[in-house]
Amino acid sequence: MMFRRVAMTDLVAYGLILVFTAISFVPLMALVFFIIAKGLPRLDLDFLFSISPSLESGGILAPLFGTLVLTVIALVIAVPISLLAAIYLSEYARKDRWFHLIELTIVNLAGVPSVVYGLFGLGLFVIFFGFGKSIIAGALTMACMSLPLLITVFYQSLRAVPMTLREASLALGASRLATTFRVVLPTALSGIFTGVILATARIAGETAPVLFTVAAYYMPNLPESLSDQAMLLSYHLYAISTQNTGVSDEQKYAVTLVLVGLVLGINLLAIAARAKAKNKISSLV
Amino acid sequence: MTMEDSTNPQPILQVRDLNLFYGEKQVLKKISMEITPHSITAIIGPSGCGKSTLLRCFNRMNDLIENCRVEGSIIFGGKTEINDRKLDVTELRRRIGMVFQRPNPFPKSIYDNIAYGIRVAGKVSKSELDARVEEALRKVGLWEEVSDRLEDSGMALSGGQAQRLCIARTIATRPDIILMDEPTSALDPISTQTIEELILELRENYTVVIVTHNMQQAARISDFTAFLYQGELVEHSPTKIMFTRPAEKRTEDYITGRFG
Amino acid sequence: MLRRGKLVELAIEKVLIRTAGYLAVVILFLILLFILREGAPFFTSYRLDEFILRADWYPLSGRYGMLPLLSGSLLVTAVALIFSVPMAICSAIFISEIAPPVLRNLLKVLLEILASVPSVVFGFIGIVLLGPWLQQLLGIRTGMNALTAGILLAFMALPTIASVAEEALQAVPRSLREASLALGASRMQTILKVTVPAASTGIIAGIMLGVGRAIGETMTVMMVAGGSPQITLSPLEPVRTITGTIAAEMGEVVMGDQHYRALFMLGLLLFLITLGINTLSGVIIDRIRRRQGGRGGQGT
Repeated sequence: MMFRRVAMTDLVAYGLILVFTAISFVPLMALVFFIIAKGLPRLDLDFLFSISPSLESGGILAPLFGTLVLTVIALVIAVPISLLAAIYLSEYARKDRWFHLIELTIVNLAGVPSVVYGLFGLGLFVIFFGFGKSIIAGALTMACMSLPLLITVFYQSLRAVPMTLREASLALGASRLATTFRVVLPTALSGIFTGVILATARIAGETAPVLFTVAAYYMPNLPESLSDQAMLLSYHLYAISTQNTGVSDEQKYAVTLVLVGLVLGINLLAIAARAKAKNKISSLV
Repeated sequence: MTMEDSTNPQPILQVRDLNLFYGEKQVLKKISMEITPHSITAIIGPSGCGKSTLLRCFNRMNDLIENCRVEGSIIFGGKTEINDRKLDVTELRRRIGMVFQRPNPFPKSIYDNIAYGIRVAGKVSKSELDARVEEALRKVGLWEEVSDRLEDSGMALSGGQAQRLCIARTIATRPDIILMDEPTSALDPISTQTIEELILELRENYTVVIVTHNMQQAARISDFTAFLYQGELVEHSPTKIMFTRPAEKRTEDYITGRFG
Repeated sequence: MLRRGKLVELAIEKVLIRTAGYLAVVILFLILLFILREGAPFFTSYRLDEFILRADWYPLSGRYGMLPLLSGSLLVTAVALIFSVPMAICSAIFISEIAPPVLRNLLKVLLEILASVPSVVFGFIGIVLLGPWLQQLLGIRTGMNALTAGILLAFMALPTIASVAEEALQAVPRSLREASLALGASRMQTILKVTVPAASTGIIAGIMLGVGRAIGETMTVMMVAGGSPQITLSPLEPVRTITGTIAAEMGEVVMGDQHYRALFMLGLLLFLITLGINTLSGVIIDRIRRRQGGRGGQGT
């Protein structure tokens, strides 16, 4: 009797866990397939690579280009700075109270809502620096937003480099700086690459920080300088799905598909790169 | 660094009243000893006695450890104070090289592994670099084995070869002293024998200080042996004397295997 | 004395690298500073107690009570938690304790993918699919309400909670599990009575991070929560959140006027709420990581 009852409750628990896990994951996969099915028919080269004369007519070159440019500039700003910060934390900083303060700050920065980054970018870059609503203001805002993610991933990949390699380099008379740049960084390269890709996906998908700093509702041409506004893929999807514009559902799904495809594709790349990085490090230990 | 008077040469390292602390814990206690040039000195003792820590004092590798504090003096070559905070440690470490417990080649090519120490020391021409890489590899007897695959990764070598690569890498910076921290403890017996033969050859051009917990190894290859116990230098004498007529009871107990 | 190369090296180390190291702290300060710079003058023309206590947000009539917006944020977050907590904990248990390695790695990748789906995509799905569907199913006035937003937010908070909870479960020493099994407990009893309670602080930290994510989420709630600033407990009502208000109204304000500054003060409110939540969960997670560093009993 006793035996049976225990087994029953166990079974119920297993069942519940399984059901809730399924609820967590199945809709995601269904959604991806749904978006592909709905968006694919509208997707062709002309849709991707032409500039639409109006919002309804399709042709997403302008937002695609805007997202690309914004992402690249934000990364160009954020990656070197984050790398230096991670180098400081991993190779130079003593593990004292200041170190823990910085750690805690980074955790907090990562948790600051993206819309607050938007306000910050508006206050600092758009108004205080007088950049106006522009690509450079948006890119700087996005760069600040991606710092905590980049620093964290970079830091972890630098820490993963075995201490013995640093010792070997120092014992050969290399300075700490030479050791960092000639031994530690090359060894951590695929981990660093992973961080860059993750940040790329994050920047390409974010909307809130660009609302007040760069995003244009509609532009009939591509931006010509860093002080121009730009259309962005994520903001474009927001605009066409909330405003009554007469944009067809088919077109909305196609834009969604491009955005999701872009971000998920980049993420999968990051996951693959990380697996590679792990293999490399484990072969060293 | 040539020594004119070979009967009573000036010591290459003079350690005076060396104390070392990890935080509050004293790891080395009042160590005084001298290292004779062109000799092999073995440092033996039970694990945790501080022998690796002492070795790492000679090229200031303990700098890497937070809250590690060193007192006392180590004079290198009769004039350079190693514990001088203003000393350029990179220069020091080129003169006093180190080989580690586990072979730790860089994830670079064999050639780049050897060239590394030369390159970080300053610019040299390609032809000189080539010559010095070959010279270093010849000295460790690795040239014949790898001369046709210098671009292969140093990680692809076997344990014994990798350790010889690490020794060659150290030699390439033309040091006076080579410190070795249990260099064969991760190797099989045959590779160990190759490395031991190599160490004996090195005596001709270099001074070798080797930490080992293998007493047979100390007896086989060293000219002098220092016995460290709980951070104290118990005895430091010519190896032949140490292993036949130890002066201290504790030394005798250790080398006859009564503890450790 | 020093060679030129040495000087360059020192400059790089002491100036460039060190400064970059402290940059995170600087940026956190700058965020606070510039939000205050734009927002604080709000209180020269509006009373703080009215901002905090008034129950109406009608900028057009010059009334800026943040309570309906706070209540909207809390309601949406609560709905999100009701859905995401059981989903996330069960997923974490499944991934950490039950799934075979291959499935485990697959699910972890899926979690990361879920975490990376742009919030505007969730908003779009809410508008075209989930909202209309719930409206029909429940026979309600509008599908754009706290429930729809909460369900979508649940999926967005899920990866955060699940991955932290999974990490906490992994940190439970194997010796504890073995002790329970050796006493005759079944695998499920061990999970529910030993492993999960032992990991509870970590799971709570994960939930708190999830709360931070949900409260700060902007695009989805702006698009699907309905947008009416009212104090209500009913998830079927349309609500307006702090984030949604900032994002939606910033485009309509005149730079420098009272409404504009009010939105920055909402930003400050949001910043402080998330700062509190994240600091607390950060401290808890840090404590767990340190314990895991010891890994007592796991080494075999």
